[in-house]
Amino acid sequence: MKVVVTATGATVDSAVDPRFGRAAAFILVDTESGEIQVQDNHAGVAATQGAGIQAAETVSRLGADCLVTGHCGPKAYRSLHAAGVAVYTGASGTVADAVEQLRSGSLDRSDGPDVGGHW
Amino acid sequence: MIVAIASGKGGTGKTTVAVNLALTIGRDVHLLDCDVEAPNAHLFLGTRPHARIEIGIPVPEIDHERCTLCAECSRVCQYNAIAVLGNRAVVFPELCHGCGACTLLCPERAISESPRSIGVIEESAARDVRLIQGRLNVGEALVPPLIRQVRARARGASTVLVDAPPGTSCSMIAAVRGADVVVLVTEPTPFGLNDLRLAVETVRALGLTCGVVINRSDVGDDRVHAYCAAEGLEILAEIPDDRRIAEAYSRGLPMIEALPETRPLFADLANRIGVSGVRARVTGDVRASA
Amino acid sequence: MPPPDASAASLPVVGPTVPSRVVPELVVISGKGGTGKTSLVASFAVLDPELLVADCDVDAADLHLVLEPETVERHEFRSGHEAVVRSDDCDGCSLCSALCRFGAVDFDGFTAEIDPFACEGCGLCAELCPIRAIDFVERRCGEWYVSTNPHGGMVHARLDIGAENSGKLVSTVRDQARRIAADAGNRAILVDGPPGVGCPVIASITGAAGVLVVTEPTVSGAHDMERVLELADHFDATAAVCVNRWDLNPETADRIEAQARRRGASLVGRVRYDRDVTRAQLRGRPVIDLGGGAADDIRAVWTRVCGWLGW
Repeated sequence: MKVVVTATGATVDSAVDPRFGRAAAFILVDTESGEIQVQDNHAGVAATQGAGIQAAETVSRLGADCLVTGHCGPKAYRSLHAAGVAVYTGASGTVADAVEQLRSGSLDRSDGPDVGGHW
Repeated sequence: MIVAIASGKGGTGKTTVAVNLALTIGRDVHLLDCDVEAPNAHLFLGTRPHARIEIGIPVPEIDHERCTLCAECSRVCQYNAIAVLGNRAVVFPELCHGCGACTLLCPERAISESPRSIGVIEESAARDVRLIQGRLNVGEALVPPLIRQVRARARGASTVLVDAPPGTSCSMIAAVRGADVVVLVTEPTPFGLNDLRLAVETVRALGLTCGVVINRSDVGDDRVHAYCAAEGLEILAEIPDDRRIAEAYSRGLPMIEALPETRPLFADLANRIGVSGVRARVTGDVRASA
Repeated sequence: MPPPDASAASLPVVGPTVPSRVVPELVVISGKGGTGKTSLVASFAVLDPELLVADCDVDAADLHLVLEPETVERHEFRSGHEAVVRSDDCDGCSLCSALCRFGAVDFDGFTAEIDPFACEGCGLCAELCPIRAIDFVERRCGEWYVSTNPHGGMVHARLDIGAENSGKLVSTVRDQARRIAADAGNRAILVDGPPGVGCPVIASITGAAGVLVVTEPTVSGAHDMERVLELADHFDATAAVCVNRWDLNPETADRIEAQARRRGASLVGRVRYDRDVTRAQLRGRPVIDLGGGAADDIRAVWTRVCGWLGW
């Protein structure tokens, strides 16, 4: 399973970035192969609007099956849903912690946004 | 003649000046309320709209049969209003600016446009003043297109007064563009002067002429006068800080009706701006107007 | 937007970092301008020096005129793009002029020129220019500053004239304020919000601990307060109302407060009309420094605001 976690840094020891659209980076973890890929979110951070949409495109292109983050806004959610990416919010700690939280079932799958939109 | 009434700062008295000037001119005059987030002129004219038009901007609609998911539309869109997600092109109409780039650039001609409402234009009339106001939908992000549409609706009147939104952003510019003169309303205080400077800078950047009306002219000091003198800006009128004026305003009454002694002030203002023949009509003055 | 390329393992962390703790924000807005919001905010800042002040009234900002900040950092704010014709390369085909939906292209018969005040940065002309004579560049829209002032820290900004007022600069000021307040240990953030009911206001109130609406006892004030409370409600913000210059029309002041209560907003008191407020501004000082009736009222309002927020 390919899991993307929003991150404040470039390694799995980086803290989870609670934001999605404006997250500093995305870290893709392939739970089967253990492969890790890091993708900066420059486009999302720089976007005047629609950062969540931009980020969803990025995550979709990475081939993510799931996204793990802190919060997910309405346009971001709509985009991820359209892309077929399962959304899990409420993650904390490091990226590695977040993957473990997902694996152990302590994160609930979102069926909608958990925060309002913003810039 | 198009006269825009603007101010770097909100609450200086733009609407007061616009409404009372319109009533003073009183003939063949349109008042365009371009403060579309909070149009207030109608409160003072006591009007109800007799006509209302919905204003929309063109947003893309995708023919999914023709779409090949090439994502050109997403690439060119500067507003993240269109994205290819999963196996579908998805539109976010609320982010769309209506530029038409995606529609024109789709190699499969899979995109057509349909309007998305951003607000309404309402027309009403009172006391020989025709009021055309724009009212933005609550939560709508795109302001200038509605203002441009309000401006486009002024046709045929000798005098068009434009009540601009406060500030110096693109909304204010959309309202004042192409005006023959811009009347900047200020007050003689640090906030007033700070914002007047910004407004003057903006008007000059647009290559427009401006003059200044000082409201609550006796509450502050002479810094605005000094600034105007230094900049060669004509002071077109000074309205004193009279509690009765404030009370009339608070009740939604036009100043010249609650306090008829203020009529000559607005007649003089109209004349100085260049709207001819006003003073004679207002005061029955037989002297030729300037 | 063009697809991002996969980057190396070490990447620069761009954009505002996540603050170490959540600092509550009180956002002061007004609906219509001129209700005296900024004057009140200046006095609140003096009454509570543990607050970090964020001036989000970025289109014609005034708070710095009474808080006397000393700028420590200055940053350019860039957002969106604008098209610029390289006139030496332009061959006068005028296609850009025909395509632009915003009337931003001036064509004099020979070459095209783009009016930066009308250009909305959509990029269509740059895309379609047959000889690629149009550059599409990042647009500078303003500046933001980190400052200190005698009463604490301050983050503020200036939107350039003619800039798009999207809310992004407001968000930038708030993001920076939250980061600084978390690091510096400020108890809370006091935000001077923008006027109106549009995107800048929305950007200023999302996630706020409380939204204080400063209004005036006028028909316009009531009308705009209604719209702004509707907005606050829509964004699930806890709202309170303060009527400034209430004695200019006591009946309307009563009506406005009743209206506010009906909308579920708390009432935190009234401030009387007092020429000392303007006198203080003329001297570049918050009115609370000079004393007087309004100053007393403001002090009382602040106490009630703290009670309302549980501060």
